[in-house]
Order: sequence, then C-alpha cells, then structure tokens
Amino acid sequence: MTSATNTASRAHGSASLKHRLAERGIDTKLLLLVPAIVFALLLFVYPFAYGIGLTFQPLAATQDQWGGGFLSNYVAFFRDAFIFDSVWLTLKLALPAALFNVLVSIPIAFKLRNKFRGKRLLQTLLVLPITLGTVLTAQGLLIFAGRQGWLNRFLMENGIIDQPLALVNNYIGVMLSLIISGFPFAYLLISSYLSGIDPSLEAAAKTLGANWKQRFRRVTLPLLAPGLATTFILTFVLAFSVFPSARLVGDASGDTRVLALMAYRAFSEQLDYSMASTIAIMMGVVELIVIAFVFLGRSFLYKGSTGGKG
Amino acid sequence: MAPSTNTFETLELKNVGRSFGGHDALVDLNLTVRAGEFIALLGPSGCGKSTALNCLAGLLPLTHGEILIDGKRVDILPSEKRDFGMVFQNYALFPHLSVEKNIAFGLQMRNLPKAEITRRVADGLALVKLQEQAKKLPGQLSGGQQQRVAIARAVVLEPRLVLMDEPLSNLDAKLRLEMRTEIRRLHQSLGLTTIYVTHDQEEALSLADRLVVLREGRVQQIGTPEELHNNPTNWHVADFMGYRNIVDLTVDSVTGSLARVSGHGISIMATVAQTAAVGDTVRVAIRPSDLVVLAPGESPQGRETIEATVNVVEYQGREFAVEVTTTAGQNLFVHAYSALLPGSTVQLSVDPSRALVYRTSLDQVDDSRRQLAGVPA
Ligand SMILES: Nc1ncnc2c1ncn2[C@@H]1O[C@H](COP(=O)(O)OP(=O)(O)OP(=O)(O)O)[C@@H](O)[C@H]1O
Ligand SMILES: [Mg+2]
Repeated sequence: MTSATNTASRAHGSASLKHRLAERGIDTKLLLLVPAIVFALLLFVYPFAYGIGLTFQPLAATQDQWGGGFLSNYVAFFRDAFIFDSVWLTLKLALPAALFNVLVSIPIAFKLRNKFRGKRLLQTLLVLPITLGTVLTAQGLLIFAGRQGWLNRFLMENGIIDQPLALVNNYIGVMLSLIISGFPFAYLLISSYLSGIDPSLEAAAKTLGANWKQRFRRVTLPLLAPGLATTFILTFVLAFSVFPSARLVGDASGDTRVLALMAYRAFSEQLDYSMASTIAIMMGVVELIVIAFVFLGRSFLYKGSTGGKG
Repeated sequence: MAPSTNTFETLELKNVGRSFGGHDALVDLNLTVRAGEFIALLGPSGCGKSTALNCLAGLLPLTHGEILIDGKRVDILPSEKRDFGMVFQNYALFPHLSVEKNIAFGLQMRNLPKAEITRRVADGLALVKLQEQAKKLPGQLSGGQQQRVAIARAVVLEPRLVLMDEPLSNLDAKLRLEMRTEIRRLHQSLGLTTIYVTHDQEEALSLADRLVVLREGRVQQIGTPEELHNNPTNWHVADFMGYRNIVDLTVDSVTGSLARVSGHGISIMATVAQTAAVGDTVRVAIRPSDLVVLAPGESPQGRETIEATVNVVEYQGREFAVEVTTTAGQNLFVHAYSALLPGSTVQLSVDPSRALVYRTSLDQVDDSRRQLAGVPA
C-alpha cells in the first residue's frame, strides 16, 4: 500500500514541470499578458504611486496651518471643514443619483424585455445620452432648463408660473445631468443582467402559483440583485467623480462643491499639487468604502449562475 | 403521499390551436383526458409538442379553441390559477434556492401553514429519494437529481394535472431508464393525471395509457400503445413506431385486405392499412424484426422471398441488426439471431399481416376526420 502510494507520488513528482505548471493555469500563453502589465505599470501604477508619494510632501503653508508633519495634507482634509464638507456634498449627489438610476432602470428594463413595435426606437432614445458626453448634456440642460430656457419661457408665457424655476446652477441641475448621463448605463447593464435570467424560471414560478409580485420578489429580484449591486457601484463611481456638470450646471461654490472640483482647485488655483493628490486619493478611499458596503450587502445574496444565457 | 384529492372528471381540449405569425405550430388538437390518465404527446422535433404543453399550462395564449375541465373553461385562467404542475425540459429549478426551498416554493405560494409545508416537503424529498441533498443548491446536483427535484416540486402540490416536457431528454441512457420507471411508479402511487411530451417512441409506449402522435402541429393518431404499435394510421406514424423499412412500391393486385406490392427487387403480399388500388404507388412499412432471415434450405411456407445481399452487421446484445441490399439496390434493415457474413446472399420473408401498405400522401387524417364527421370528402 505504502509503496504503491510512493510510486504514485514519485510518478507525479517526475511529471514535467511544464505539465504541472500548466495544470495550475500557468503556461506560455501568459506571456500574452506582458504588454498589458507593462502598460498598466506605466500608465496606472507608477503615476498612482507617485501621487501617493506627493500627498506626503505637503506645502510648508499647509504644515504651518494644520501641523501633522508629513501627514499634514490628511490632517487638513479632515480638519478643514471647507474641504471635508465636500465629501458629504459629493455623496449627497452621487448616492441618490446612482440609486435613482438603478431603481428607475428596473421597471423600464422589465417592460422593454418583451417584444413590441417601436422597441428599437425607444431603446435608442434611452441610450442616446451616452453618446452626448457631459459637456453637451450640460449645455443642453442650460438651454432647456435655464432661467431663460425653453421650459421656463413656456411655463411663464402660459401663466403656469410667474417666477422662473431654478433648475440649473444648483443641486437640481447637477442631479439632472447625473441622471441623464448615468441612466443609460444603468439601463443597459440591468437589461443585460435581466436577459441573463432564464425566462423559464419565471414560467416555472407561474405554474407553481406565484403571482407577478411573488415572482418578482422571490425569483427575479434575488437573481438580479448581484447585477443591481454592480450597476449601482458603476453608476455611483461615475457620479462620484462628477466634474464638468458640477461646474457647468451646478453651484460650484455652494451645493455642488464636489471633491473633483476641490481637487481641481487645489491643483490649478492654489498650485498645491500635494493637496490635490490627497483629495484625489481620498476620493478613491470614499468610493472604496461605499463599494465595500455594497459588496457586504451583496455577500448575503445568491451569487451563482442565473440559469440563463448570460 | 396520499393520492391527489382535487381532481376532475375530464379535461377536454377542443380544436386547440396556436399560430406564431402566419405559422401554425398547433392545429385543431382535440383530446379528452380522463382523471388519472397518462397521456404521451409524441412527435419529431418542431411538431408542436412544447407548444401544446405551454398552451395547456397557460404560458402561451391559445389562438384557437378552448380547454375545458368538467365543462368549465380554463384557458382563460392565468397560469398561476390553473393548478397544473409543470416539469420543464430544462428543469427550470430556481438556482438561488436550495432543493427543499425549491420544493417548498409552490406550497409557500399557497400560504399553507409552516408545519404542513415542512411535512409535505419531507414527503416530496422522500418520494424522489433526495433527503440527503435537501440543503444543496440545484447547481450542486447531477442532472438526474435535478430532474427529480423538478418532479418533486411539481407533484408536492398535488396538482390537478402534471405536464412534463421531455423531462428525460438530457439524461444518459441508463438514468433515463431508471427515471422512466420512477415516473411510472410515481404516477401509479399518486394517480396524478399526466401529460407527457417526448420524441422517444419507446418512452411513450412504456409510460403512457394513450399516445397522441403529432406531425407539423396536426394530430396523426390517438390511441393506446398497442393500437399505435400494431396499427399505425399512416406511414409517418409507422415510421415513428419503429417501422424502419419504409419502401415505395407499386400495387400489382388487391384481394380483400391483402395486396401484392412490388418494386426495388421486392415482391410480397402485404396488408392494406389505407386504401390502395392496382397501379398505385404506395408506401410499405415493415419492422426490422418482422423481416425474417430464412435459414439455408428453409421453406418460406408458400410466401414470396426477397433476395438480398448482407451489407453491415451490428451486434446488439441479443440479436444482430443487419443492413441488406436487394437485387435492385433497395436497402432494408433486418434483425437476425445469428451472425451473417457481409457479402453473403440471404432470403428474407415477411408475414403479410406485418407488412403495412400506406398511401404516400399524409393528408388522410383530414379525410378520415371528414368521414367521421359525416361530411363527404
Ligand atoms: N415563440 C415562437 N415564435 C415563433 N415560432 C415558434 C415559437 N415557438 C415555437 N415556434 C414554432 O412552432 C413549432 C413547434 O414548436 P415546438 O417548440 O412546440 O416544437 P416541439 O415539438 O416541442 O419540438 P422539440 O421536440 O424540438 O422540443 C416550430 O416550428 C417552431 O419553430
Ligand atoms: Mg419542445
């Protein structure tokens, strides 16, 4: 018995190194990754590390004002209410925007799952804003919803309101722009997750006596939840780093003083590269915290296959 | 588990039809199912079996006809109100729920008390012998186990009607046989009225009380396994029932129900299963097992023989499946009990009652229905 196992293990041991590596997925095909790795190192890892390095080299002025030695930038970030409040301002924009985009996409993706006349057209209209870009969206918003915009003029001329609605250059403006640019993403992602759920599961639930609410709550939603979490994260990250619209259709010194804007100011107006880097890094940290929460919630959910083609 | 209580007397399908755009997937399906019956829907791929089942389950709206239970229409009820259980071709188990939760799903939808759900789930698990796997997710089960979960999930509800869509098609041969017995046993112990879809004639013959053969959405024949096995109404059903030799021959003479047919180096007496007149081209169907290979020197007992050359010999356990070619080049399939030598010449004979003569066209179903309804053709 022992000798048998010995021979077996020796036979295993004498298998060529190449073979054993291949069993673990290591073979020459991995070399194909080399360009990608070099690329990532040059374009991402190096600047990132450089940026982190910068944050530990605060300006003398920062050190004088906030103390904390080489951590002075971080001390300033947390202590300086002007900077730190911006975290909440950004979250106040990004979280509701992401949530709204996800929640509204669900019923629309559901409706558009069935075939009907004009589905293509409707889908195209829904997804079109992706191609516009934030600046064009902002401009469109200004023209449409500004004080002198079409909407206000129409409403005033018809006597529905007597003061123009303040829809841009404030929180609402940025929120609208985040929804316009974030919704198509959310919708596209969710409808592809939805199409990955085998329709026969819903049919099965039907034959088992589940009405549409029960089918949604007990079958579709649990299977869709991981996809919803991913979609939420992606739209949140998009919204969190909002910059052009915060400036163009927002109130850049008030309600929409988002982190990206603060970083930009530190960089271009105060020429404080180290503070700009610190804010950028902290943006990443806040994002990671939110993502961690979402994943924590997700880990309670079913994660396997959804039984469909997706 | 006690036999189902909420049964019915009869389930009636009246002219049930379904078309997709201009294409008729199912036409004029008329069928009356008695409580406790096991009906098999049989036919080649694309003949409308799943369509028929989905129409029954309410997953596809009908475009024609109606479905009645004890005289009350059910085709207007939504799927979830029909109380029909369905076993899907791909099982359609909920991947995020454990085996027991899958089985409990339908019971929970009925808001049954917790204790009863627990009891019935345990019964269901025992029924399909899956107690050990109760906590596993469907993805962690083998194909056969998943299939049993799907069956248990449908039958714990003790539905009025169980619909099964090719439930065994994904399984290997051995498991298929086991599950076939299992399904038959379940049907016998629970007495659930069952409609079972398959394209495997053997499965249908072994399971069902009655068979419905479909072709291009139209019913070809409805009958007991014996009726279909011995008296197929047309060559298509015969083909499906294992009459592997389907040869186009010409009628030389007709005497009563017998006809002399010939062609392709074959000249035999055969039974007229449909109408045949002298000079007609007809389609003759013979099972491989009915083509007897005569031993050298054996007399054919007054029957004609067919001379043929052995092509291919396949050993199939008890017997040999042999392909032979007649002198005129027609291939025939024969069963033999001794190994034949490829290239050798053999004499074949067939009992005239086992060779069936059919018309080449398949329109007869409509004719016979017209005759039944008393409408002149
Ligand atoms: N949703 C649909 N749209 C259009 N045509 C359909 C649709 N579903 C089925 N058909 C057509 O209806 C016919 C019958 O299909 P059905 O699925 O009932 O076949 P089947 O007998 O179950 O075949 P199989 O044994 O391959 O499952 C086919 O010709 C198919 O192309
Ligand atoms: Mg089918």
